[in-house]
Amino acid sequence: MTQAINRQKLVIIGNGMAPGRMLEHLLDMDANAFDITIFNSEPRVNYNRLMLSPVLSGEKSYEEIITHDDVWYAQHGICLHKGEKITQIDSVTKQVTSESGRIAAYDKLVIATGSSPFILPIEGADLNGVVTYRDLDDVETMLVAAKSGGHAVVIGGGLLGLEAAAGLKQQGMEVTVLHLMPTLMERQLDEAAGYLLAQAFERLGITVLTKASTKRIITEDGCVSAIELEDGRILDASMVVMAVGIRPSAALAKDAGCDVNRGIIVNDAMQTSVADIYALGECVEHNGMCYGLVAPLYDMAKELAKTLLGEAGNYQGSVTATKLKVTGIDLYSAGDFAQGNDREEIVLRDASAGVYKRLVLKDNRIIGAVLYGETSDGPWFFDMLKKQTDISEMRETVIFGQAYQGGAQVDPMSAVAALADDAEICGCNGISKQTICAAIKEKGLTSLDDVRAHTKASASCGSCTGLVEQLLAYQLGDSYNPQAVTPICPCTDLGHDEVRRLIIAKGLRTIPQVMQELEWKSSCGCAKCRPALNYYLVCAWPGDYADDYQSRFINERVHANIQKDGTYSVVPRMWGGMTSSNQLRAIADVVDKFNIPSVKVTGGQRIDMLGITKDDLPAVWEDLGKAGFVSGHAYAKGLRTVKTCVGTDWCRFGTQDSTGFGIRLEKFMWGSWTPAKLKLAVSGCPRNCAEATCKDIGVICVDSGYEIHFGGAAGLEIRGTEVLCTVPTEDEALEYIVALTQMYREQARYLERIYKWAQRIGFDEIRDRLMNDTAARKAYFERFVESQKVAQVDPWEERVSGHDAHEFVPLATISSEAAE
Amino acid sequence: MNVQSKNWLEIGRLEDIPPRGARKVKLGSVTIAVFRSANDEVFALEDNCPHNAGPLSEGIVHDDCVTCPLHNWVISLKSGEPQGADEGAVRRYSVELADGVIRLCTSPIEPFNGDAHE
Ligand code: SRM
Ligand SMILES: Cc1cc2nc3c(=O)[nH]c(=O)nc-3n(C[C@H](O)[C@H](O)[C@H](O)COP(=O)(O)OP(=O)(O)OC[C@H]3O[C@@H](n4cnc5c(N)ncnc54)[C@H](O)[C@@H]3O)c2cc1C
Ligand code: SF4
Ligand code: FES
Repeated sequence: MTQAINRQKLVIIGNGMAPGRMLEHLLDMDANAFDITIFNSEPRVNYNRLMLSPVLSGEKSYEEIITHDDVWYAQHGICLHKGEKITQIDSVTKQVTSESGRIAAYDKLVIATGSSPFILPIEGADLNGVVTYRDLDDVETMLVAAKSGGHAVVIGGGLLGLEAAAGLKQQGMEVTVLHLMPTLMERQLDEAAGYLLAQAFERLGITVLTKASTKRIITEDGCVSAIELEDGRILDASMVVMAVGIRPSAALAKDAGCDVNRGIIVNDAMQTSVADIYALGECVEHNGMCYGLVAPLYDMAKELAKTLLGEAGNYQGSVTATKLKVTGIDLYSAGDFAQGNDREEIVLRDASAGVYKRLVLKDNRIIGAVLYGETSDGPWFFDMLKKQTDISEMRETVIFGQAYQGGAQVDPMSAVAALADDAEICGCNGISKQTICAAIKEKGLTSLDDVRAHTKASASCGSCTGLVEQLLAYQLGDSYNPQAVTPICPCTDLGHDEVRRLIIAKGLRTIPQVMQELEWKSSCGCAKCRPALNYYLVCAWPGDYADDYQSRFINERVHANIQKDGTYSVVPRMWGGMTSSNQLRAIADVVDKFNIPSVKVTGGQRIDMLGITKDDLPAVWEDLGKAGFVSGHAYAKGLRTVKTCVGTDWCRFGTQDSTGFGIRLEKFMWGSWTPAKLKLAVSGCPRNCAEATCKDIGVICVDSGYEIHFGGAAGLEIRGTEVLCTVPTEDEALEYIVALTQMYREQARYLERIYKWAQRIGFDEIRDRLMNDTAARKAYFERFVESQKVAQVDPWEERVSGHDAHEFVPLATISSEAAE
Repeated sequence: MNVQSKNWLEIGRLEDIPPRGARKVKLGSVTIAVFRSANDEVFALEDNCPHNAGPLSEGIVHDDCVTCPLHNWVISLKSGEPQGADEGAVRRYSVELADGVIRLCTSPIEPFNGDAHE
């Protein structure tokens, strides 16, 4: 048990990536050593700052980049004060005070305040519309601004500026990058690579102006409208992103009496000059070095955890490597690459492949590496750089990469096999080949996600993902299948998700076109892929796409359910399970007229007529249609039933009009095709007589409104639903349910029920998308409404008026005599 | 050709059958499924799946096969035999397509080895 009373108090200022990692080491080594309190100016948990660029470009969501969620802090008994900035440290009384006046006493204090973006001291820099790029708030500000389009000017052509520029371009803005120096990223790249990079950005449609010095930011009505350069040029700008560098945030420590130079000065044990105060991360200066990348901070984190637990840490500084995270651009740089008399260089250029590689050598040892276009050997070069490996033996071939060494074939597998055990695979987290291989073996890991969870390798910037996969393949042999995508069927190697994505991306509009463009291996598909493709096209191009009936299962082709003897069953809609004497009479008449052998009440609150011959179907429908019935789609991968209970109409416990709402939902949604069948139910109170909590989507009415559930199952599998949200009005409930349905229609794989889809992509992901992104929700709703415009045609009525008549009559009837 | 009887009847035109589709022909008490493939070849099989008598005419036609609507056996339109691990055979009929007109031979193609399997 923990003995809270005797524990030392550890207070941490700042909750960025460095202290996050330090806590993991600390808790690993001794979970009970400290009572931990964290203050963070940012109003949120710890997230992977490196991944802000994918969030900005829309490739990831904030939830996907969270490192420690609220549950984690609760589980470890850590008190996190979100959105509370520390303004004062008193090293005598050993306590810190926050902006809001909260005081916390410490036995040990860690300062991890990171760094702040540098703001150019120019006119207009304080304007609305000038943003920096450091945290999620900045990303959100940029995303909002990007929604209204316009022109973004990014000042600074370094890593951050370029990632911001690429992200904003992907969000649809016009983007110009201004860079003071003659080439981009001059601190990490040589001129040639900087030039290639500028070209690549121009190809992305981003204007790059080098040697461009900003004079002032011009306003109109208090907002940014343009930028003026020193040479007099004026550029339109609705937003300015300032990404010209960072400064360690050291003021707080300085006020507390710590020695501060550029950053907070620490020794190898991460101690500052003041007793019991430690510092960590981008805010520190160690041996004259300040760092702006995570790998060194993670090294520091490990050492500080040791120091805090009484075993003096020993941080020895770090060599760093950088990778630019812009989709489509491969860039890697490490070490020092300035030219000098004592240096030699090896350069490889392959213009047609867009590859440029340069190694800078000193005394036959690599001291710098720049790779553009082809970066997979980056970690290998970096490894030799750090170890100061003598490369004289392989001078002739070293530039071609590891796979060429020893005359071997270009085989990635032999390349990873050849790596030294202590070769670093994941630069961000300092994880070696040995560590990964041991984890794979000892913990029985089989997937990339497993390796990420157990070793952290490739969990930060992700650029070593390929290497980690190769290690998995190397360790597991054939049992590892990196692209564990199951193809739709033997006609293709592509999985459902890829096919759906490519249909949209390439604008494919017919089944033959999909098969042609995506290189189907059979001439016209099979019974598995054709119905799936048909659905994907119906969903992607409502109104435009001509449904391919020959690719539909018989039930959906003739709008009835085939039975084991080749006859059919017919289930008309009974909205919300309500019926009337007239309807019942009409059904009775049809049953008599056509001699229908069985009539049954279904599990979906309506009536099934079973055993009808195919030839009779149109006539049966005609009579049913006259009585006002439409198809119940009991056969469809589409909206089936909406079960209801009697609700406020009759029931003494009813809280809302569950029957009325069920009918409204059914009338709104009938006719829609979905990946698999879709069943709804609305119960009037938590007694839940309509069994809403095992449906694809269910509603439990409560006094305060409508509790919307989803992801239930009660067929081949049993599972209760989860709650999406509770909303006060019927209109809102309708909007959420319809939006959820459309999200499901657009994302799920063919034949995947809602619960399977939700398990696969995560219930939280769905909640987040629908609950926290109003625009996205409304857009889903609108797209559903749009596709319903062409979907709500009663298929029975269509066939009664002659559609597909060939389906219901034989091609020829030949008497036995004629045959003889 | 393996035709045993000379009794050929005109049953309809190619365009009466949807491409990658089928129509039924009732021949006394027997139902025959006449298929049209994507490249306009025609085939005729008894409308009777060797598995459990499913109506093959209601299946999805792909290449020169049909997938039975009841339990997804895949039957070759050319040989009448199930593909893969399944065993059995469907009675085949000869059909001819000339100038858009389909003619069917009313006697099945022999030998029919469907009964060979117990
Ligand atoms: C008629 C009915 C049974 C009855 O007499 O009550 C029925 C009949 C069939 N069900 Fe059902 N299910 C019927 C309610 C249900 C229910 C209850 C409900 O809807 O509240 C369930 C459990 C809930 C669910 O959907 O998960 C149910 C779970 C299934 C499943 C399992 C689905 C799953 O993903 O787990 C199948 C198989 C499938 O879809 O692959 C199935 C498949 C079938 C099929 C279509 C089998 C088939 O492919 O031929 C049956 C067609 C009979 C016919 O021709 O009418 N039926 N089936 C019910 C029609 C409801 C309606 O009015 O539309
Ligand atoms: C967009 C972007 C992309 C990047 N890409 C890469 C990359 O690809 N590779 C790489 O190695 N590095 C990258 N970096 C750099 C990397 O993210 C940083 O080196 C790292 O996050 C620094 O960690 P830290 O814990 O020192 O500081 P931070 O993560 O900045 O955390 C400091 C925290 O302290 C809080 N704080 C500050 N003052 C106070 C106070 N007085 N009281 C309370 N809280 C306070 C701040 O709000 C902040 O949340 C990137 C950075 C950005 C912004
Ligand atoms: S449970 Fe459903 S699928 Fe099974 S026999 Fe009954 S109706 Fe058919
Ligand atoms: S009857 Fe054809 S597969 Fe079962």
